[in-house]
Amino acid sequence: MARQPLSLRFWFAAAFSLLLALVPILAPLIGQPHYVTMFSRIMIFGLAAVGLNFILGFGGLVSFGHALYVGLGAYAVGIMSFHGITNAWAQLAAALSVGAVAAVLIGLVCLRTSGLAFIMITLAFTQMVYFLAVSLTQYGGDDGMPIPARSDLGLLSLDHGAVLYYLIFAVLMLILYVAHRVVHSRFGVVLSGCKSNERRMIALGFPTLRYKLSAYVISALICVIAGMLLANLTRYTAPAYLNWVASGDLIVMVVFGGVGTLFGPVVGSAALVIVEEALSSFSLGLPWGMDDLISTHWLGLLGIFILVVVLQLKRGLYGALVAREQGSN
Amino acid sequence: MTWGLFFTQALNGLQLGVLLFLLSAGLTLVFGIMNFANFSHGSLYMMGAYFAAAVYGWCGSFLVAGLVAVPATLLLGVIVERVALSRLYQRNHLDQVLATFGLILVFNEVVRYIWGPAPVYLNVPEALSGTVDLFSLPYPAYRFAIIGVGLVVGAGLYLLIHRTRVGMLIRAGAANGTMAAALGVNIPLLNTLVFGLGAALAGLAGLMAGPVFAVRPGMGESILVLALVVIITGGIGSIRGAVYSALIVGVVDTAGRAFLPGILREFLDRSVAQAVGPAVASMLIYLLMAVVLAFRPQGLFPVRHG
Amino acid sequence: MSLLVVSQLLKTYGGLIATDHLDLAVEPGEIHAVIGPNGAGKTTLINQISGETRPNAGRIVFDAQDITREPAYRRSLLGLSRSFQITSVFPELTVLQNVAMAAQAHAGHSFSFWSPAAAERSLTEPAAAALDQVGLAQRAGTRVANLAHGEQRQLEFAMALVSRPKLLLLDEPMAGMSKHEAEGIVALLASLKRSYSILLIEHDMDAVFALADRITVLVYGRAIACGSADEIRANSQVRDAYLGDEDAEA
Repeated sequence: MARQPLSLRFWFAAAFSLLLALVPILAPLIGQPHYVTMFSRIMIFGLAAVGLNFILGFGGLVSFGHALYVGLGAYAVGIMSFHGITNAWAQLAAALSVGAVAAVLIGLVCLRTSGLAFIMITLAFTQMVYFLAVSLTQYGGDDGMPIPARSDLGLLSLDHGAVLYYLIFAVLMLILYVAHRVVHSRFGVVLSGCKSNERRMIALGFPTLRYKLSAYVISALICVIAGMLLANLTRYTAPAYLNWVASGDLIVMVVFGGVGTLFGPVVGSAALVIVEEALSSFSLGLPWGMDDLISTHWLGLLGIFILVVVLQLKRGLYGALVAREQGSN
Repeated sequence: MTWGLFFTQALNGLQLGVLLFLLSAGLTLVFGIMNFANFSHGSLYMMGAYFAAAVYGWCGSFLVAGLVAVPATLLLGVIVERVALSRLYQRNHLDQVLATFGLILVFNEVVRYIWGPAPVYLNVPEALSGTVDLFSLPYPAYRFAIIGVGLVVGAGLYLLIHRTRVGMLIRAGAANGTMAAALGVNIPLLNTLVFGLGAALAGLAGLMAGPVFAVRPGMGESILVLALVVIITGGIGSIRGAVYSALIVGVVDTAGRAFLPGILREFLDRSVAQAVGPAVASMLIYLLMAVVLAFRPQGLFPVRHG
Repeated sequence: MSLLVVSQLLKTYGGLIATDHLDLAVEPGEIHAVIGPNGAGKTTLINQISGETRPNAGRIVFDAQDITREPAYRRSLLGLSRSFQITSVFPELTVLQNVAMAAQAHAGHSFSFWSPAAAERSLTEPAAAALDQVGLAQRAGTRVANLAHGEQRQLEFAMALVSRPKLLLLDEPMAGMSKHEAEGIVALLASLKRSYSILLIEHDMDAVFALADRITVLVYGRAIACGSADEIRANSQVRDAYLGDEDAEA
């Protein structure tokens, strides 16, 4: 089969990635150095959303519980740092191992169900781990705990914001590329088949459970990595990283970016983070105290926006490009 | 451990179970009949509590507060259903999750705007502020009342579902919605009815929970997860399942939190038990849910589908 | 030795008996049709053979192996392919991709994460060959959602055939077909005779009498007769229960 010509969405993604690459250079030039932190957050949550999209968009499984794995990654860094282990590779090994075991166990329970039950069970498990985190009083309990030092990579020091930024950027690009290969591989084809018509897949001879479980674990591990980067960025870990709001945010990012597209979640993350920053520091000088209303209660406005978008739009911002493409085939 | 303590905790568990039942009964019907992922149900519970607190603040009567709050919550539920949620019944679960997630955010912020982020207080009604003697241990009369109300509502629901025409239609809708529609049942009306019923029950739960738990933004979500555990273990769409598993979850959670740390201290090193005890206790019902799912993925009392 | 032996198969749903101690055998190379009135339990029978439904009692032996407890996907890997009464394919994929998916199921495990599946000749070549066999080759690049109903049925055949199954389970393949489309399917099934064994559930009597080597008649989950087309046509029990008076039909 001939290679498909590079499409509009590829160029969009390339341009966006180029912009991301230039942020640490451009930000200080335009007098907004905090953009480096903001775009670091965008990329981290974009990475987590890419992970979620792996089973949500490509696998068709609506997990309301992926923030659990983000929190796991963050706490792995936090707890190990607390005990004096700051080596990044050791932290990575520990986080991925614990994450894999948790994902396999939780996945095995959740994947016995589908539809509504699956959504509810994933949410329930996230809350379970949330309460577990809250009860860990020696690690900060409800408030969480600060992390004394960023992970030690050996050759690089992550103390400088730009260095951490480019690490996050590199990880995001790498995982996007790997995801691209996986989506088109045999495994990816099976996953999309399970989403499209699982009954057919079983009748054809595919043991679908093991493929869905593998996809679940892979998506969980991507979120674990995102969590580790988040802990490094904020130098903090807290139960708030894995509550249901955080899970909901990830779903919003995936849907607003375009379900089932590779780069969409990054766009969705950018949209959500920028809206959050813009609204929570709203000061355009509107009358009747509206500035205050908006900056304090922006979450409510976001809620209304989500409602309206869901009721009207079906494919997400980035996904609209995909739809246009498919229509022209 | 004395019998008195045991019974107190058992009753506390029963009381939590009743609240969970009220919250889960309507929700399991919405899940089962409309196949609709309504995660904003906890917000109705919260609004019930806030309505009650507001009315109580104005007139000082718990009874009046209740008489206003429950119908108000029912009305709110029906409005939300007609205006927004009913358009999502045919959409996939992802859209439904997102929309109700947005609704949760809206409700929480509205409440924060009107009443502020600090907890609001709803006092126990005068008539029930005393205690009842239970095996020579005083037990709050109000908590007894909650259990009593739960039994009455449970019986009423049973009668409604199993002895009335409306209930039969609801059961038909739960077993096979397409067939029910094909037989001429007015499905949109039935849906609104079920949703309204669930809203009223949630409002009632909020009203009664008000004096016991704090009335604050986000209170709906913490109890919603427990309700979800109840529904999953009981079986989606099954009222009977909701009854039994609400009681089980309520008792296991309460008793677990009360007794498990102590039990662990008998077997483990004190500092380990101190650290691990509350953590495991809080995870207990989820582990229970996982065990039930391992053997019966459709729940303990699943609805048999036509 | 029979290819498929169903013994004393029992399936109940509450008080309803869907399959009532059914015995049935399919010989290698034959087309064995199962006919019967609606509600006789034909689809339930296929679902139990393919593994979608578990029987309450009884045995299913395929190619000398007891598959009664085997999960559905394993039965497919053992050589049991099926089609569905309501076409069940992958609408967003192309015709070729659908058949390649079927080929992939039988081409080892799919835990390959790096190489693009679309470039695998070991999948696309058998897929293209299967499409040739059913006459759908010219539509290989079309999205299935854009196919006509009859073409989707042809696609299902291609998907069933690409894995070179030992036994084809076909659930009412003529359902919803126009006369012209039905003739095409009969011709296709005739061409498969001898190379494949087929268990065919069907209502279309013309097709059944044209193709079947043996016919089993199912009524209320029980096999009331089994024999050649002539034997079945002559059987008075069958006439009363199902076929009706042949003179009156014409």
